[in-house]
Amino acid sequence: MTRFFRSPQATPYLLLLPAIAVILAVVLVPLLVSLWTSFTGYNLTKPATLFQWVGLRNYQRVLASSDFWWAFGRTVLFITIALNLELLLGLGLALLVNKITWGQRTLRTIMMFPMMFSPILVGFQFKYLFNDAVGLVNNALFDLGLIREPIAWLVDPILANFAIIFAEVWMSTSVFAILLLAGLMALPKEPLEAARVDGCNPWQVFRHITLPFLMPFIYIAMTIRSLDVARAYDMVRIMTNGGPAGRTELLWTLMTRTGYQNSQMGMANAMGYVSIILSIAFTVFYYRKLTQARTFMGGAQ
Amino acid sequence: MSAMTIEKPWQRWLIRLGVFVSMTILVVPGAWVVLTAFRQNIEILAKPAVWIPQELTLKNFQGIFGLLDTQQGLPVAQYFVNSLVISVTSTVVAIAVGMMGGYAFARYRFKGKGALFLGFMLSRTVPGVALSLPLFILWARLGLIDTSWGMILVYMSINIPFTIWLTDGFFRQIPIDLSEAAQIDGCTRWQAFWKVEFPLARAGLASAAIFAFLTSWNEYALASQLTRTTASKTMPVGLMDFTAQFTVDWAGMSAMAVLIIIPALVLTFIVQKHLIAGLTFGGVKG
Repeated sequence: MTRFFRSPQATPYLLLLPAIAVILAVVLVPLLVSLWTSFTGYNLTKPATLFQWVGLRNYQRVLASSDFWWAFGRTVLFITIALNLELLLGLGLALLVNKITWGQRTLRTIMMFPMMFSPILVGFQFKYLFNDAVGLVNNALFDLGLIREPIAWLVDPILANFAIIFAEVWMSTSVFAILLLAGLMALPKEPLEAARVDGCNPWQVFRHITLPFLMPFIYIAMTIRSLDVARAYDMVRIMTNGGPAGRTELLWTLMTRTGYQNSQMGMANAMGYVSIILSIAFTVFYYRKLTQARTFMGGAQ
Repeated sequence: MSAMTIEKPWQRWLIRLGVFVSMTILVVPGAWVVLTAFRQNIEILAKPAVWIPQELTLKNFQGIFGLLDTQQGLPVAQYFVNSLVISVTSTVVAIAVGMMGGYAFARYRFKGKGALFLGFMLSRTVPGVALSLPLFILWARLGLIDTSWGMILVYMSINIPFTIWLTDGFFRQIPIDLSEAAQIDGCTRWQAFWKVEFPLARAGLASAAIFAFLTSWNEYALASQLTRTTASKTMPVGLMDFTAQFTVDWAGMSAMAVLIIIPALVLTFIVQKHLIAGLTFGGVKG
């Protein structure tokens, strides 16, 4: 063993040892604890219940709960709508900015603005803007004579969901816009000119040259975004905290409510596992698309 | 591209209008919060709405630091220090540890390389909220709840995988011949790293450090459960102090928001060039 550690083959492992140790201690071991807890009736107020094995009961109860399925469905829908909207708007913004010849750098700096915001700040900002009494949105609509009574943006279920998606899209469209703009700038000019000489219209050029070239950039952005999609928890926590009457409840808010407020840690950890699998599924999906696109590009070059 | 496309004047104006509207939507919400931080409370609550402030004030900032008699101060100064200590320490350690890892992935072939890399990346996908549940149980037993060290450890684990991913990309871009040449000239591998590869990767490492710092600085989900008091509470968690009451103190919250955003603003500005390059090259050519 000691001989192995002194040999040159050991170098990469030694270099990686501290990183592995930290991930083991702070991520892997807690995940195992979490897995164990999800099979016990652990209640925060009764420490002894940590060793009370209940088998699959937590999972059965979670899967039989309509609150859970509503939150789960809403979360999947939320991720899907948010990511696609961000992609579309980000692509549009990148194409627009790419057409501007002067001040592009300044525009890029402005686009970075939302990326500096902590999700909790984005949540606060839109809680303030959409506030029915003092918010910018209602004030503006009122002074423009468009409404007479204040609209309760964060109290009405449909409007509250709209406000949350708006905040999420505001926060993350820039990620797409900036990465896709970088892609557009790296786009080789020759194929574009050749296509135009051959009589392609702008849509055909976009569809058959620009878009395929941008695909890897789109998948990078999607991968990065699905990695931290759960950041939306911070935003929802401050904006509505799952309300009104659970109509904006996402998997993540339901989980913390079950675990910390109702002390049902076993149940919460069972939900935690569902949320982890969901995040991994989204990330792996886009990461595989990325590697495919990358090998495709590598082959073409 | 724009040089080649022949646009009609109305198209050009349409593009400019589109850009203008988008930029307005991106800037106005944040700018409004910043403006609110410097406004008087009467103006913020005024009906009908007052759009142009009569007078700007620093009262809200004095208020949250407890410098005014009328308002009860929050321990914002302490939160700021906590945030700074936790973010800086976790960043420095994560960069050192992550750089070693990134170098190993970029320069060596070894058994289990692909699986290890995937493992690091997967560890990053675990949502903070989900991880907070078992960490809460474990940290409580280990006495790490509500301590700076507890938070530093957690943020290290978040930042290490990302640093590995970025530095792996940076080291790959540096031709291996350079360090080999240095070794032929009599350097050890260790010396070659510090004299040749490290200086070349320094800009990239700096941007990785800023990324890590910002991740820790802005994090809420884990901090909100693992911190309790002024001993370790960070700025994002402190922001929620204002909403515990029935009435929300918009002016105070906006002032605190400005305090959170300023360091992030400055750092992102410094790193913006590397930010894009790092993300795209790490990803596309990795």
